[in-house]
Amino acid sequence: MNENPFSLWVYLEQSPLLWLTVTMVVYASVDAVSQATSRHPLANPVAHSMWIIGAFLLVTRTSYTTYFAGAQFVHFLLGPATVALAVPLYENRKLVVAAILPMLAALAVGSITAVVSVVVLAEAAGLPRGVVLALAPKSVTAGVAMGISEQLGADPSLTAVSVMLTGIMGAIIVTPLMIRAGVTDFRASGFAAGLAAHGIGTARAFQVDAVAGVFSGIAMSLNALVTSLLVPLAVTLLVR
Amino acid sequence: MIASLSLILVCQLIGEVIVRGFALPMPGPVVGLMLLLLLLLARDRFAQLARGPLQGGGVETASRGLLANLSLLFIPAGVGVVQKLDLLAEHGIAIIAVLAVSVVVTLLATVATFVVASRFMARGKDLS
Repeated sequence: MNENPFSLWVYLEQSPLLWLTVTMVVYASVDAVSQATSRHPLANPVAHSMWIIGAFLLVTRTSYTTYFAGAQFVHFLLGPATVALAVPLYENRKLVVAAILPMLAALAVGSITAVVSVVVLAEAAGLPRGVVLALAPKSVTAGVAMGISEQLGADPSLTAVSVMLTGIMGAIIVTPLMIRAGVTDFRASGFAAGLAAHGIGTARAFQVDAVAGVFSGIAMSLNALVTSLLVPLAVTLLVR
Repeated sequence: MIASLSLILVCQLIGEVIVRGFALPMPGPVVGLMLLLLLLLARDRFAQLARGPLQGGGVETASRGLLANLSLLFIPAGVGVVQKLDLLAEHGIAIIAVLAVSVVVTLLATVATFVVASRFMARGKDLS
């Protein structure tokens, strides 16, 4: 055994191995709980992994840069996973083609609701202009939302935080909400999850049903396109 | 397995090259998605394409594996957010309340429109 456990820690802390392992082990444990509770909405694996790892970094005083040097190998797979969406899309192509009109209608209403509701509510709550602008693109995937926020001169980090919070709240609430509203159509509930809660909503949708996942992925991609056009317009019309 | 993952990476790589090359306002992986979709559709038409990862459900299995663990892939970015929660400090509760109400309203408006529009279409088909 090393005489100085501290030097071992310093070595491990700097290598990608430790933080990659922490990410995988925490996720595997939290996901096992999620499976044991039959994918209960409150056992959301993203939400619980986030705070557990966040707390671990805080306790060990590890910087995010150090953590990300290991976790980036997982982060990288977001690109290939996006490409992989082609497979369920291909397998359900007849279902998708048959639902083009409902999708376009839901996209129009949903994307406008997502932007207008958050701007109006934030204004009503008396939030400062900078915060209102940063919250406006919260329903689209983080990369796109941060770009929009930058264009408006808002704080992209605050946008990233609101995107993540929106995704997690949406992923947790979507199942109970759809049950209460009596929606049994997985195409419709999946589409809503992807539109309102981007990738984290889509991850939730794939947990529930493959068809829900496909429609969620489509909604997420379409909403990213529409929202980047919609937000600047809504901000000019609605923000004081 | 490796061939299937390689095919996915190749699609993403070509997607990135197209996006950068033509300065398209969309993410490279989305173009990669369209390429893989086109490949899968082309395979059904041209039997000679059905080889390697495009036969026997190779790329299908690899893709399903990636998508089944989509939650894992958001964790590194999510942890970054945990460290920036102090940005919420002053207005934290108001921001969380606004986002929560907005996400519920958005989910309901979207799902209601989808359900109503698909019922409307089904009725149109019955009549004609």
